[in-house]
Amino acid sequence: MPDRKLIGERLIATFLGGCLLFNYPVLSLFDRGADLFGIPLIYAYIFAAWAGLIAIMAFFIEHPIE
Amino acid sequence: MLNAPTIFIASLLYLGLLFAVAWWGDKRADQGRSIIANPTIYALSMAVYCTTWTFYGSVGRAAVSGIGFLPIYLGPTLIMALGWFLLLKMIRTAKANRITSIADFISSRYGKSHLLGGLVTVIAVVGIIPYIALQLKAVSGSVILLLNYPQIVMPGRSTALPVFADMSFYIAMILAAFTIVFGTRHLDATERHEGMVAAIALESSVKLVAFLAVGLYVTYGVYDGFADIFQRVAVEESLRKLTVAIPSGHGYTGWFSLTLLAGLAILFLPRQFQVAVVENVNESHLKRAAWLFPLYLLLINIFVLPIAFGGLLHFSGEAVDADTFVLTLPMAHRQEGLTLLVFIGGLSAATGMVIVETIALSTMVCNDLVMPILLRWRGAELAESKDLSQLLLGIRRGAIVVILLLGYLYFRLAGEAYALVAIGLISFAAVAQFAPAMIGGMYWRGGTRGGALAGLSAGFLVWAYTLLLPSFAKSGWLAADFLTQGPFGLNLLRPQQLFGLTGLDEIPHCLFWSFFANIGAYVAFSVMRPPSAVEASQATLFVDALKHTRPVGAALWRGRAEVADLLQLVGRFLGPERAKSAFTAYARRKGGDAEDSPEADAELVHFAESLLAGAIGSASARVMVASVAKEEPLSLSEVMNILDEASQLRSYSRQLERKSRELEAATSDLKGANERLKELDRVKDDIMSSVTHELRTPLTSIRAFSELLRDDPKMHLPDREKFLSLIVSETERLARLVNQTLDLAKIESGNADWRGTQLDLKEVIEQSVAATSQLFSAKGGRIELDLPEGLPLILADRDRLIQVMLNLLSNAVKFLPAESGWVKVSLRTRTEGLEVSVIDNGPGIGVDDQQIIFEKFRQVGDSMTDKPAGTGLGLPISRRIVEHFGGRLWVESVLGEGAVFRFFLPFARPDNSMENAPL
Repeated sequence: MPDRKLIGERLIATFLGGCLLFNYPVLSLFDRGADLFGIPLIYAYIFAAWAGLIAIMAFFIEHPIE
Repeated sequence: MLNAPTIFIASLLYLGLLFAVAWWGDKRADQGRSIIANPTIYALSMAVYCTTWTFYGSVGRAAVSGIGFLPIYLGPTLIMALGWFLLLKMIRTAKANRITSIADFISSRYGKSHLLGGLVTVIAVVGIIPYIALQLKAVSGSVILLLNYPQIVMPGRSTALPVFADMSFYIAMILAAFTIVFGTRHLDATERHEGMVAAIALESSVKLVAFLAVGLYVTYGVYDGFADIFQRVAVEESLRKLTVAIPSGHGYTGWFSLTLLAGLAILFLPRQFQVAVVENVNESHLKRAAWLFPLYLLLINIFVLPIAFGGLLHFSGEAVDADTFVLTLPMAHRQEGLTLLVFIGGLSAATGMVIVETIALSTMVCNDLVMPILLRWRGAELAESKDLSQLLLGIRRGAIVVILLLGYLYFRLAGEAYALVAIGLISFAAVAQFAPAMIGGMYWRGGTRGGALAGLSAGFLVWAYTLLLPSFAKSGWLAADFLTQGPFGLNLLRPQQLFGLTGLDEIPHCLFWSFFANIGAYVAFSVMRPPSAVEASQATLFVDALKHTRPVGAALWRGRAEVADLLQLVGRFLGPERAKSAFTAYARRKGGDAEDSPEADAELVHFAESLLAGAIGSASARVMVASVAKEEPLSLSEVMNILDEASQLRSYSRQLERKSRELEAATSDLKGANERLKELDRVKDDIMSSVTHELRTPLTSIRAFSELLRDDPKMHLPDREKFLSLIVSETERLARLVNQTLDLAKIESGNADWRGTQLDLKEVIEQSVAATSQLFSAKGGRIELDLPEGLPLILADRDRLIQVMLNLLSNAVKFLPAESGWVKVSLRTRTEGLEVSVIDNGPGIGVDDQQIIFEKFRQVGDSMTDKPAGTGLGLPISRRIVEHFGGRLWVESVLGEGAVFRFFLPFARPDNSMENAPL
């Protein structure tokens, strides 16, 4: 099934993107003691990126390919 | 209110509820109406990953290292994105080969090796037992905390108590009983426990709700939201370093190692393998679980940092362990209900982990450790016995009790020691040693039993040396200079700076050296010699698990066996009734005659072996089947031939599929051609009947007039002349009809005479108009010409083109209204050629008729009443003439508003004369 293959490729891309987002050096960009509305920037960043990653996975998996 | 009886009753009620859910789940499974067959339950059951180490321990870690606890949950999130491939392949392989544990998976992949299965079991048990001890410690610690309510007293070392006064001992025994009831109710060939999964899913929900409740309470009840807590922490000098990101002690290497370790743990922890692979009902559930499970992890982590900071702020200066903040914060604020909920949540986290882990380990111990030994030493006695299923269940129940007792023992020995606190990651590092053999086995055909054995042993030894022994040393069980000076004072062998490698924390350090040894030995020993026959065949089954057509195991077995022997063998392990019904169901599926024949074919042998593999593991199943069947061992080259044949068959079948698609296309082409031929045949018949009809009309009138002339010799001269002229005109009509028919036939058959010359279209038109001027004046019509001078020449046959013009003009005249009719002939240049229009103000032609008039013998009008005004061949002939010279002829008309006949002819190209062109 070409659909399955495409979803698989998208998920691999998500995995690789996630590996980049959650490691050095991207992580160090947010690791500077600043805060966002009183919340440490790194903490806000990790949870936002995490939620974004899950949302992208959910979208790729649940959304049928046109 | 929060006193011993309340806690005791609440715990009992909760365990009772779990038991009820599990019982209900099992009952529904027996009825075939599974309650766990949905992706949400599947994702929740995966959340057995979150043990008390998460529930209580995350906050403890966060209180020391800020966000340092997060990689443990980011790793699984990332791996779940790959779960689509990795887990799917594991599920498919496990189902196809009836694999029921990770030890069985590895043993089966590398040629159904007893030794390998046993080694994996030992690693798993050694790595996991301390982890189970941690759960016992967490539960007993939380009970002691609650019992001292409203004081907050840290649980001391309970080892001071004798075993029979120690509550943890009873907790361990209750859990053992619980696990036995859930996990070993009966022997199932697939080792699935639907009731247990339902209970685990419920526990996962409870622990999430409890943690979110305490998180919300601390963040918004005690403090004023996230920002408030973080700001309070920021002003405390001693705590500020925790809000500044990656703690210096761990750094990015530590962060990366933890992510990797947790990602591997989610695949290879025995309990994760149990819920994600063995208990999987339907592989399509994997899709939703791939994002639901990470979502669960995200939710259970949102409030970790606020609770940790809240606890640090609240208990600043007091001797309160950060691991207990989840429980002690609501206690300190006198939230009795919330405290009880948190306690139940922690109990869920512990029991869930212990139950699943113990079931998984007991299956491994029974199938990969005890059974092989029994088969070797007591094989003969086993062969005597009629029904061994009770023995198997007994072994498993015993294993459950022993594992939990070992966990308890470790807990008592370790107590508050370092070895217990750090055990979560130490366990993860132990199961990570399965990764090379597992992943290599699923994607690399070349991995061999020798490689897997060497890799696993090397990795396990390095793990023990760099992580387990140092944890003993830190607990004071080994001399401290083992760590600082190295064994026997050998500095180079210091376990946490092995070979002088410094600058890494213990986890990255262990991960590096153990993977170095593990992967290195796995690859080196694998490539040292080619795989044996059975290794090669198993490798194909595993590596090609996701291919649509793959060789089945039965193709790789050759030998002789009796059906009765197999039935008896399977019956001894599964119970005679279950074996009988499994064989009957198999025979029914195969079409009936399998049961009657005394000789078992390879497929039935394979079926029996996989039934047994589910119950006693693939390695033992192979030995048992070999004991009743005379197998002729296949050589490596024979196996390779079979696999080659299988892959050839695959490519043949692909070719066949392509051929059949081509055939289908050809068939539909042929059908279309046949339809067209039938249509043409019908048209031919129509033409024949039209021609004969058209011929008969003039013939009839000629004959009638001739008879009149013959029969009446005294006819007056004027009448006679009139009849004779009628006969002449009908004869002419007849001749014209015959000529045109012949002409059309010639054109269509390609035998017509064409003389292509360059000619001036204007001249042709003028000549034709002159020839028909008589007709126009007879009908009182006008003719207008709009013919510009000096247009380029076109290539055509002059006589033929005049024939076309005459036809169009005479048609126009025929339908002109008397006296007021006019016809306009115009000549225009287009980009590629010239366009001639013959416009009239006649009655026009309806849209429906605009195609018909170009068909042979078709004239517009009611042919029954109107006398046909022509032969019905003029337009078809004209169109063919124009088309022959590369042009087009068409009509534009609206009924009642006249008609326009246009034709287009391309310019003559000097280099492209039609003279010699083939027709």
